[in-house]
Amino acid sequence: MKNTKWLLLLAMTLVLSIFLAACGGSDDKDNASKDDDSKKDDSATETPKKEDGEPDAEQILNLAESAAIPSVDSAIVEDAVGFNVLNNVNEGLYRLNEENIAEPAMAAEEATESEDGLTYTFKLRDAKWSDGTPVTADDFVFAWQRAIDPATGSPYGPFMMSGTVKNATAISEGKMDKKELGIVAKDEKTLEVTLERPVPYFLSLMSFGTFYPQKEEFVTEKGDAYATNSDNLLYNGPFTLTEWDGTGGSWKYVKNDHYWDADNVKLTEINVNVVQDSATAVNLYQDGKLDRAGVSGDLAMQYQDDPEAVTQAETSVFYFKFNQQKGGKETPLANVNIRKAIAKSFQKEDLADVVLANGSIPANFLVPKDFAYDENKKDFRELSGDHLEYNAEEAKEFWKKGLDELGVDSLELEILGGDTELSKKMDEYFKSQLETNLEGLKIKLKEVPFAVRLELDSSQDYDIQVSGWGPDFQDPISFLDLFVTDGTNNLMSYSNKEYDQLIADSKGDLALKPEERYEAFAKAEKILLEDDAAIAPIYQRGLIFLEKPYFKGLVSHPFGADYSYKWAYISGKE
Amino acid sequence: MVKYIGKRIIYMFITMFLIATTTFFLMQTLPGSPIASYSKLNDTQKKIVEKKYGIDKPAPVQYAIYMKNLAKGDLGTSFAFKGKSVNDLLASRIKPSFILGAQAMVFGTLVGILLGMLAALRQNTFWDYGSTFMAILGSSIPSFVFASLLQYYVASQWHLLPVGLWNDGWQSSVLPSLALAMGPLALSARFIRTEMIEVMSSDYITLAKAKGANKFEIAFKHAFRNALIPLITVLGPVAAGLVTGSLVVEKIFAIPGIGEQFVSSIMVNDFATIMGTTLFFSAFLIVVIFIVDILYGVIDPRIRLAGGKA
Repeated sequence: MKNTKWLLLLAMTLVLSIFLAACGGSDDKDNASKDDDSKKDDSATETPKKEDGEPDAEQILNLAESAAIPSVDSAIVEDAVGFNVLNNVNEGLYRLNEENIAEPAMAAEEATESEDGLTYTFKLRDAKWSDGTPVTADDFVFAWQRAIDPATGSPYGPFMMSGTVKNATAISEGKMDKKELGIVAKDEKTLEVTLERPVPYFLSLMSFGTFYPQKEEFVTEKGDAYATNSDNLLYNGPFTLTEWDGTGGSWKYVKNDHYWDADNVKLTEINVNVVQDSATAVNLYQDGKLDRAGVSGDLAMQYQDDPEAVTQAETSVFYFKFNQQKGGKETPLANVNIRKAIAKSFQKEDLADVVLANGSIPANFLVPKDFAYDENKKDFRELSGDHLEYNAEEAKEFWKKGLDELGVDSLELEILGGDTELSKKMDEYFKSQLETNLEGLKIKLKEVPFAVRLELDSSQDYDIQVSGWGPDFQDPISFLDLFVTDGTNNLMSYSNKEYDQLIADSKGDLALKPEERYEAFAKAEKILLEDDAAIAPIYQRGLIFLEKPYFKGLVSHPFGADYSYKWAYISGKE
Repeated sequence: MVKYIGKRIIYMFITMFLIATTTFFLMQTLPGSPIASYSKLNDTQKKIVEKKYGIDKPAPVQYAIYMKNLAKGDLGTSFAFKGKSVNDLLASRIKPSFILGAQAMVFGTLVGILLGMLAALRQNTFWDYGSTFMAILGSSIPSFVFASLLQYYVASQWHLLPVGLWNDGWQSSVLPSLALAMGPLALSARFIRTEMIEVMSSDYITLAKAKGANKFEIAFKHAFRNALIPLITVLGPVAAGLVTGSLVVEKIFAIPGIGEQFVSSIMVNDFATIMGTTLFFSAFLIVVIFIVDILYGVIDPRIRLAGGKA
């Protein structure tokens, strides 16, 4: 019997120790990674370093994506992974270079623009598809027509072309034949594009996936099977896609020897695996299975000071949308003072540094930093300044004024947010900040999956919504156009004639006057934020990655596809 | 027996029909539509896309079309994976889940049975406490904790096996299978121990002992067979759950399985995939339950399957 007791005690100790080991896991991990780092540092000083930047003999890279590829058909792609794949295996007339400036790619030289800004002529270079056949002007005509044809169901075709390329709107609405689209092949190597209005950022659009070429013969031959796996695709970009079965969690990029600029592509192979769990990505990275790993959530905070951590600024901006009308009735948010009070009542620095802790920065603007530049290469942010900064005292005054105007002394409002861990943490923060600073305000949190949020957004069934926007092209209008009366993302009954006029002018009279156009944008942003507080900016998103020091030359883009691997290479791994 | 099996197969089809019908109409009540995320489409395009996928028709018509296609074995086209048939999607995703589940099931059950028997035969000894302890661990700690621990220690720290991914052959499947195996292991150990102890004290065992049967004979020939019946009952559904994929374990080990696919299809209202996966899960479960029932008769001939006439 005595023995039994001892055994029982031993068993309990064992259970306890396993639990303790499990709980202490993250600390151990932290120490382990630090140990690893110090080892790395030591070895770096011990082994004689190769000449800086000289590429290794072996150029194989291992990367992770956060989701499987839903499609690689340039007319159908609408997600981040799809656009990223497209950007690396195909190429449009222009490509974003290492400085994120659109430069001729399939086009041999800069396009000629007519004086009225309505016609662009592109000369194509001698480039080949991966099957060895030449890329021709007809391939662009076919692809664009296919993307605007309503029967294709292209999400980006009409979105990118309507109001820009001639007749696109009518064709996408089924009122005109797709052959009438403003794109003509003058000869095999000359392409003429006619626009509906002068579009100052048109050339940057030419690097966007939807405008890539497609070879008619190949697409027609494959039929429904086109782009459903890596064999049913043609490539004209730096890499070809291989070993992609259409649904699986892994694929490869292999250097495309038919690519016109193949001499400048150093990587021979990139292995990509879908890794959704951040902790797994970090473990794979530590184990040498990945050369770059995204770190999110609590891990981001843990790794933000790691020597291999790199912060990447994004151009997505997040903000509160204030719904002014619900079920045909005005909400308390129709009152401008109430909106201003809320917009100024939460600390954005703490949110970015402590709650998000992933490289995000506080936003007192809608058009992000390091995104759009004027004629003199000056950031739009310098031109437009800050709006709706945190100021609890002012918030309280606006709040009091707003409540008086509404004739109430308290309000209950609902914040609609996402159901991810980070969204929930953020919403809790808002609730505490808003309720502390604005007396009489009660915040209810509603955290729902993305699909539900879209539904509630489109039926305008919410009070305040945490929303965000990432640009599709490099121009402030990519953001400012969202909030014109009846704009696609407005869905909150905001309307201001002056604002609408400024945006309309930027597309019309001011289209060919860059300086005045940017001034109009700055004025519009001030109206939207400072005067009307139609939305309340929160933060500009950042990302933290762990990146091996030998991984060089990766270019991340502020809009469209996330990355170009064209210039990436490995140096110093051996 | 043949009549019984025939009847059961008819029931299975009726069950499948009811599941398909219920799921179909439940899905109609989901907020949003499969093209809710197609926010950039204009109205003309939306109509064309809705027509293409047949979701412009009233629900009963959609239902009739779906059932007609289902009868032909066509599960429709995925909304999320553009242009991919759900059949292809399931086919490509099911293999890793199946391998992991099957390995976990076989390993978990075998080790569990062994531990359970050991515990029962060596009651109140170190072996008994040890295996009970394992059973408590296995049933109280969720598989994802095991998965994280195994990944961290065995793969990340000791470098014995891959950290994750599905490209290192059989080695990739070891840790996730082990993590998944803890559930059935605990379950089997617990059940076998309890049942064996009970069976070992019954009269016919005493008789066998009196007749001079050796310990091994008693344990395996007489007791084990009887102890197995309740275990099979509970293991059936566990098997179906395991083999059809574990979302969390697949996610932790970055394995492209069906579990992850199922959840993400719900997130984006991919009706066809939700239906396809649900039907697949259901069919699997129904077949497993059927096999379990047949196995009863095999293990214990006293159980008559066809109403006492067989």
